[in-house]
Amino acid sequence: MFPNSNVTLYQTTGKGFLSRGLLILMHLNNNTDQFSGRRKVISGIILGVGLMLLVRLFVLQIADPSYKAFARSNYLRHLTDYPSRGLIYDRNGDLMVFNEAHYDLMVIPGQVREIDTLEFCELLGIDRAAFESRLAQARNYSRFRASVFERQISKTTFAAFQEKLFRFPGFYVQPRTLRRYTYPVATHTFGYVGEAGPNIINNDPYYRPGDYIGISGIERAYEKELRGNKGLRIRMVDVLNRDIGPFQEGRFDTIAVTGKDLYTTLDAQLQIYGEKLMHNKRGSIVAIEPSTGEILSLISSPSFDPGLLVGRQRTRNYRALQNDSLRPLFNRALMAQYPPGSVFKLISTLISLQEGVIGPGTTYGCQGIYHAGGVSIRCRSHPGPVNVVSGIQYSCNTFSSIIFQNTINQSKYSSIQESFGKWREYVQSFGLGRHFGSDLSYELPGLIATPDYYDRIYGPRGWRSQTIISLGIGQGELGVTPLQLANMTAAIANRGYYFTPHIVKAVGSPENKNDQFGLANNIPIDQRHFDVIIRAMDLVVKEGTASFSAIPGIEMAGKTGTVQNPHGENHSVYVAFAPVDDPKIAISVIVENAGYGSVWAAPIASLMIEKYLNREVERSWFEQRVLEADFLTAQ
Amino acid sequence: MRRKLNIFSNIDKTVLFLYLIMVTIGWVNIFSAEYTEYQRFTLDFNSSYGKQLFWIATAFILGAVILATDVRFFTGFAWIIYAVSLLLLIGVLFFGVEINATKAWFRFGGFAFQPSEITKYTTALALAAFIANRRTKKTGGTDQIRAFLILLLPASLVLLQKDVGTTLVFTSFILVLFREGMIGGMVLFFGALAILLFVLTLIFNEFVIIGVLAVTGLVAGIVMRKRQGFIPQLTGLFMLLSLYVYSVDFAFNNILEPHHKARIEVLVYGEADLQGAGYNLHQSKIAIGSGGGFGKGFLQGTQTRFNFVPEQTTDFIFCTIGEEWGFAGSLVIIGLFVFLLLRLLYLAERQRSVFSRVMGYSLISILLFHFTINIGMTIGLVPVIGIPLPLISYGGSSLWGISLFLFTFLKLDAERLEMI
Repeated sequence: MFPNSNVTLYQTTGKGFLSRGLLILMHLNNNTDQFSGRRKVISGIILGVGLMLLVRLFVLQIADPSYKAFARSNYLRHLTDYPSRGLIYDRNGDLMVFNEAHYDLMVIPGQVREIDTLEFCELLGIDRAAFESRLAQARNYSRFRASVFERQISKTTFAAFQEKLFRFPGFYVQPRTLRRYTYPVATHTFGYVGEAGPNIINNDPYYRPGDYIGISGIERAYEKELRGNKGLRIRMVDVLNRDIGPFQEGRFDTIAVTGKDLYTTLDAQLQIYGEKLMHNKRGSIVAIEPSTGEILSLISSPSFDPGLLVGRQRTRNYRALQNDSLRPLFNRALMAQYPPGSVFKLISTLISLQEGVIGPGTTYGCQGIYHAGGVSIRCRSHPGPVNVVSGIQYSCNTFSSIIFQNTINQSKYSSIQESFGKWREYVQSFGLGRHFGSDLSYELPGLIATPDYYDRIYGPRGWRSQTIISLGIGQGELGVTPLQLANMTAAIANRGYYFTPHIVKAVGSPENKNDQFGLANNIPIDQRHFDVIIRAMDLVVKEGTASFSAIPGIEMAGKTGTVQNPHGENHSVYVAFAPVDDPKIAISVIVENAGYGSVWAAPIASLMIEKYLNREVERSWFEQRVLEADFLTAQ
Repeated sequence: MRRKLNIFSNIDKTVLFLYLIMVTIGWVNIFSAEYTEYQRFTLDFNSSYGKQLFWIATAFILGAVILATDVRFFTGFAWIIYAVSLLLLIGVLFFGVEINATKAWFRFGGFAFQPSEITKYTTALALAAFIANRRTKKTGGTDQIRAFLILLLPASLVLLQKDVGTTLVFTSFILVLFREGMIGGMVLFFGALAILLFVLTLIFNEFVIIGVLAVTGLVAGIVMRKRQGFIPQLTGLFMLLSLYVYSVDFAFNNILEPHHKARIEVLVYGEADLQGAGYNLHQSKIAIGSGGGFGKGFLQGTQTRFNFVPEQTTDFIFCTIGEEWGFAGSLVIIGLFVFLLLRLLYLAERQRSVFSRVMGYSLISILLFHFTINIGMTIGLVPVIGIPLPLISYGGSSLWGISLFLFTFLKLDAERLEMI
């Protein structure tokens, strides 16, 4: 301890360190400390430094708000939980479309630090240049928002990444789902899912780059139901990209809601069978349940495996399909518009009956050719003379032409514009020449020329019934889609009404029925006229043009058609429904460039009906003939 | 003169109080910087805050021992203590361990000790003894050279450890020499001018700077043309400065190490390289800037807690303060330092012994240097130089060094009236 000393002790001299220490301390200030003024300079420096730091801190902490935003983006990670898309079932509960997990490698450029690029690139199988350019692209989008760095990485790559992720700050793996299909069918109907493009992203705030959206078919029409709702989690991460926990106990998080399942009207087995029958043929089959308007099968051929438009190869496959001369991407069932040909006689005869131009007993003779103005319409040889029933049964062109002419020329209408306008309304009431407004994507309206159209071509006084006589036999300015043909048939089967054809029965659960198509569309034609036409259609199959395709044990009513095709072989067309007394299925079949309707379209329809009603096809030779037919490679 | 029996009653309570409060603030922020939500509070002696408790306790003991020591010990053994510390600096080069590319540490179990932190104190002792003992009171001459040698010796040894930050701390003794009249005010002026020209040269072309110097010289020459011998002096000065400016670029590109260069570039050219050299500074500024006026609150700093800020318990401890306590916290810290420095200045000036005064000024100089550089680097005012914030940053050697220094000076101050 310090010795209890006084001044005299300090003055003690001696040797040793302590004494020398005392000597040092004895060097005192005196009044001649000429530099004492410099203390002011030093205190000035101290105050100056303090002030300088404070000013800078004021700017940083109070004046400049940008650092607060930086801080948030630094440690908050907005994670999106992608819900799995709704599943798609057929009408019998058979699962047709489901999901499979895959992983996207995401990057937040603002958090990327110096990493072992070589190892990273090796894991991913890319080169350094690709790494740099992708990072630059992501940075271009946003420094702080996640971008997809590599799409749909394989399970092995995923496993390798998951292990080493902590070494690559700024990167993380995002689980996603991809579509998978139980059967490689109904491609056009299901449509496909792709990444939301810039247009969509700019117009709908729900979508972010990298999000998926239904591009066509059911996927597009029911996008809102199928997609569910994305969940958002805000997580906190540390500098090593490690998850620290939810931000503010997850106050701002939303839970992902899985997409709703769809129960379609399709019959998977019928669809598969129909696509098999249409193999190597160009055309389509549409089958509808008349009592509901539910589409049982919707086939466009040639088709392709829906799996081709899923995953990383999608773009490449799509390009290949686009360049295919057979146009497999084209959904013929909804978008191909053909003149209906002879099957149209069903409608035109019904109109004439309703207009009272003819009665069930009206008879005309047929010389095998009909001259109307400068046009000659040929007819196939058949027993004559013909009435309404046999006119349909033998598809007599003469009969159809006469009654069409008489209908248009009725004296109760003041002009051809008025009478043709009325005729056109009848045709439209069958759902032809207009959109159904159904739940199908990209359905085309078809075409029925308007009186104005003819006015423009021929002048208001320049056209007569003879000018448009080919309409009476379903040729000329008529365009009808296979869906419209099937629906027309369903309307006949119902004897005067139809339900808008649709593809989805129920949303979410089988009980939650899709009732937006539950209202019948009535046709202003009396039921008794339908009875006449149906009798004729029955005879078409029993002893008329389609007798070759009669199904043992099933009463089928049908009508063949052979559509003149200026570009090549005629199209083979057939419409039918069955059973006649209690219609369960109405169908239209078009086989392009296959010739007579009775030869190819009718057998195919007949097989489809047998398959649907009996679940089995017993006429194996008949089936074999169709399966082996090839109209594509032959050309 | 009557002397009080109890040494504690003579001690300057203001400084003691400031010391205690700053050490406490330091510990709280070290704890916060290390705190994670998933870790319950336990006194973990492997953690920085746990170890710092040990360092604080030992620093108190150290302080008490010093207060109880005869003041003659510090003066009498000044040179010996200085010599021993130099030996430690040499020893660390051979027996030390490398931490953060700096070979400046002795390791004892879980604790590491950095002799260079103590050397600032021992050098001050030697310098004070030297200045108190010198014969002449004139500026210049051999005294000046000897004083520089006293500083140069430990500074060079520290530089050999590749610890540039601590080496630079020795330049702060210039203030002491200035106060004691061993160097003139011109040295401070030209020192400041040299730094200014250095930065300007990095920003602008060196010929632009030389041009500006020439114009300034010309104007000065015309205004002061009546003064005798001014023109030759001015011409000489101009040539010297031009040479300096011209060599800055060369020195910058060829003498400085790449990472030092990068630290200066980041400061001068802005935050271009945020992922590389600019990362630390950027994150540090984000942390402090995001604190706002009153901060995010204790333990709420996201930048520091999630380790975005590097060295957050040591060199970048101010980030935690800035982030969690905002501008208010910054104001308190800077206020405390300025108050402490001015109080020490007052104490230093009231010393009757030259030795005590030099010790006081040495302490002021070193604290001021650390304070300026440490906070300045976290907010992008000065290049990142790895030195701690005294009394606040985690680190036993630093706390011991400063405590030794402070209590020695307090002891000298308490005994000042004994020295007639």
